[in-house]
Amino acid sequence: MPVMSGPPTPSARPKMSVFDRLEHLLPQVSKPIQYVGGELGAVVKDWDSANVRWVLMYPDAYEVGLPNQGVQILYEILNEQPDVLAERTYAVWPDLEKLMREHQVPQFTVDAHRPVRAFDLFGLSFATELGYTNMLTALDLAGIPLLARDRTEDDPVVIAGGHAAFNPEPIADFIDAAVLGDGEEAVLEITAIVREWKAQGRPGGRDELLFRLIRTEAVYVPRFYDVTYHPDGRIAAIKPNRPGVPSRVSKRTTMDLDQWPYPRKPLVPLAETVHERFAVEIFRGCTRGCRFCQAGMITRPVRERSITTVGQMVKQGLEFSGFSEVGLLSLSSADHSEIGDICSGLAAQYEGTNVSLSLPSTRVDAFNITLAEELSRNGRRTGLTFAPEGGSERIRKVINKMVTEEDLIRTVVTAYTHGWRQVKLYFMCGLPTETDEDVLQIARLAHEVIKAGRAATGSRDIRCTVSIGGFVPKPHTPFQWAAMTPPEVIDHRLKLLKQAINADRSLGRAIGYRYHDGQPSLIEGLLARGDRRVGAVIRRVWEAGARFDGWNEHFSFQRWVDAAAEALAPYGVDLDWYTTRERTEDEVLPWDHLDSGLDKSWLWQDWQDALAEQEQDDCRWTPCFDCGVCPAMDTHIQVGPTGRKLLPLTPVSSRGA
Amino acid sequence: MAKPQPEHTQLPVVQRLRIRYAKRGPLRFTSHRDFARAFERAVRRAGLPVAFSQGFSPHPKISYASAAPTGAASEAEYLEIGLHAEVDPQWALRALDAALSPGLDILAVQVAVPGAVSLPDLIDASRWRIELPGVSPEQLEQAIAAFLAADEVLVERLTKQGRRRFDTRAAVTLLESGALPDTAGGVPCAMMDVVVRQVTPAVRPDDVIAGLRVVADLEPPSPPRATRLAQGTLRPPGEIVDPLVADEQASVKGLNGPARQAVAGSLS
Repeated sequence: MPVMSGPPTPSARPKMSVFDRLEHLLPQVSKPIQYVGGELGAVVKDWDSANVRWVLMYPDAYEVGLPNQGVQILYEILNEQPDVLAERTYAVWPDLEKLMREHQVPQFTVDAHRPVRAFDLFGLSFATELGYTNMLTALDLAGIPLLARDRTEDDPVVIAGGHAAFNPEPIADFIDAAVLGDGEEAVLEITAIVREWKAQGRPGGRDELLFRLIRTEAVYVPRFYDVTYHPDGRIAAIKPNRPGVPSRVSKRTTMDLDQWPYPRKPLVPLAETVHERFAVEIFRGCTRGCRFCQAGMITRPVRERSITTVGQMVKQGLEFSGFSEVGLLSLSSADHSEIGDICSGLAAQYEGTNVSLSLPSTRVDAFNITLAEELSRNGRRTGLTFAPEGGSERIRKVINKMVTEEDLIRTVVTAYTHGWRQVKLYFMCGLPTETDEDVLQIARLAHEVIKAGRAATGSRDIRCTVSIGGFVPKPHTPFQWAAMTPPEVIDHRLKLLKQAINADRSLGRAIGYRYHDGQPSLIEGLLARGDRRVGAVIRRVWEAGARFDGWNEHFSFQRWVDAAAEALAPYGVDLDWYTTRERTEDEVLPWDHLDSGLDKSWLWQDWQDALAEQEQDDCRWTPCFDCGVCPAMDTHIQVGPTGRKLLPLTPVSSRGA
Repeated sequence: MAKPQPEHTQLPVVQRLRIRYAKRGPLRFTSHRDFARAFERAVRRAGLPVAFSQGFSPHPKISYASAAPTGAASEAEYLEIGLHAEVDPQWALRALDAALSPGLDILAVQVAVPGAVSLPDLIDASRWRIELPGVSPEQLEQAIAAFLAADEVLVERLTKQGRRRFDTRAAVTLLESGALPDTAGGVPCAMMDVVVRQVTPAVRPDDVIAGLRVVADLEPPSPPRATRLAQGTLRPPGEIVDPLVADEQASVKGLNGPARQAVAGSLS
């Protein structure tokens, strides 16, 4: 006879749940599972047991938002606190948004389907500025006033985080606060402030709570600062508007990642998501110094997680989740001081288990191929991607990506001779000082790679894909002063490049070509370096229907252009003023009062070095070049080697056999 | 130059488990692909010694019998999994059920005997229970009568092959309105049981409801809720033999003329 289980146990809905109102809408929408929750790792706590309640949002579709490490880490840390409850919400697709409006169903969490407005704090993680319109949809569906100044004590405190929060000025009207930098400790400190304020009977209301947050000098509250402008549109000054408000707010840095080994219980979705893997951050920060890279600038200094903690996290994460893939994440993974031992150790531990290991490989270095080979011992081979970023030697000096053409060709050929048939090369278009010629060099490089690959392998069965992204100048980088290249110039260069790749039919056939057109980058550029006046553009474009701007099929350039023209006209500035205009050294930038640790004069010097095609070395291996971060933030580089190794795992016995 | 081959060969299958599972409550919105991913992970978490296919992208050896559509609940889904080491089915049931989210529940596990009739061959019909909130029992009974009186009830649906028009009547061997569940807040809620033979294209619960719309203009004001109660071999007048029981009989009594026992025909 078959072995049978007992009858199902009925489960009651959690307190405040709106699921009964949502449920009958779900059969009418696409991929309803994304709104249901029930993931492994999800936590549903008793509403009344919590003193402080957070709702966390990654403002994009569930399939993109769920794997986000930042949200998962904060979710776990907050829920570990006995009197704190954290739930998650994601952007709903337009089909469900329409039904929710028709049936008055509010923005809900996926964990217990509670209404977002009922929480104390609403934290949004912005990896990209293109999520801003989705924030407005969520606020509106939640019934929270869009403008922070219209909110009452019945509304959550809306807090932005993530890399885009390093310039939250374009969304200053919509958020109550922003946290710059690492969130692990920040969320606990904010929680403590809210807990105390609530226990005291909410003295002074919302204003007092926000004032207590700004007093930490580590939580930015836009309403406590006034911005004044010159007649030509440039910012005159950004100043605190009441006593006790700090003139600058600093980023947060979590030191000693071994003390923060999260996620421990990763969220494992039922719905399909963009990354189906257990991801472990092996280090945070990067000092390679690529001048376009905001992540590398704002996450300094480098802090490694030790080989033993990485090994322990992988073991526990796989056991908990049942994932069959592990991703070793960082901004430049091969730079971990013990990456060789990490890769060979993990490969040995998981040999024969059908667990695949992947290392996002971006550095152009033959060492990466050794690592990739090590990781593919199990049979599963992941793709190899190298990112020279710039097509010509000259432009690579401008962006400080120190790769010679010889290095690149040698590295890719090594990949081919080691059995890889396909290699992806990533470049950017629209870089400062870039000419048509710089971009056309990409075609020549690709041709050389294929020629050398064919010669070395004796086979014509090798390919490379050239993938082009648009450059967007970001705050807190040496390129923060740079003019963007107009989309029509970018599109023209991309067309020339395509012709150049295909000029040789034989070589061109072996080269794939992928690119994005220049228009979305221009809007990202507006939002990245915008000031408070850009908030009116975001509001206008959202009212005109903008949603999911990171998705090609939803993004409308014309809608943004129209909204920018209407909303910026009263200020005497326009889209070009924010994007294709070069800034001068003395201009007050909208984020000057927000301290990433980087010294503005160092950034300016690095910008001048870029224009002079001067390279800058990495401070992990050469003397400090005074970017300013360590002294300003009282931090230091934390790197190994520890000299420890990963030991073989006890074989998993077939239990029950 | 020869293409490189993976160094490892996978272990052979030594035991096959047949598993009956349920999709319940909110998790009825899991699609079949969603379930398949969740189940593979559950197998890993449980530490079940699943066998893999050969090659550069080895896949776990799991095969599914006809899966309920997304949004439909089920008490009778089936799969078979190949293992490279023998396990105790009782342990497998507990371990897998613990490793899956509540709402995706393992109901029964059986060791398949070598040479047993394949799982798909043991399934040719389903029994569904369909609740129709906002529809009165009288309305439903009239619609059912009209449906049963028709020789053919054509409906249209978008299938993988494009928009198709097909008959729903012939596949329905039983259609009756059942006892009413509790009605909440005075809103009527009719309910019906339907036994549908497996045909191509499949006649699903929503197709039957579309058929009721065609013959009797029945328009449920809110989405009906369907639950598959049983799946297996159809024995007139509408009893369905659970494939696990059927296989048990087959394995015990041999493959010639198994005396199949009806188990799930009277769940309602």
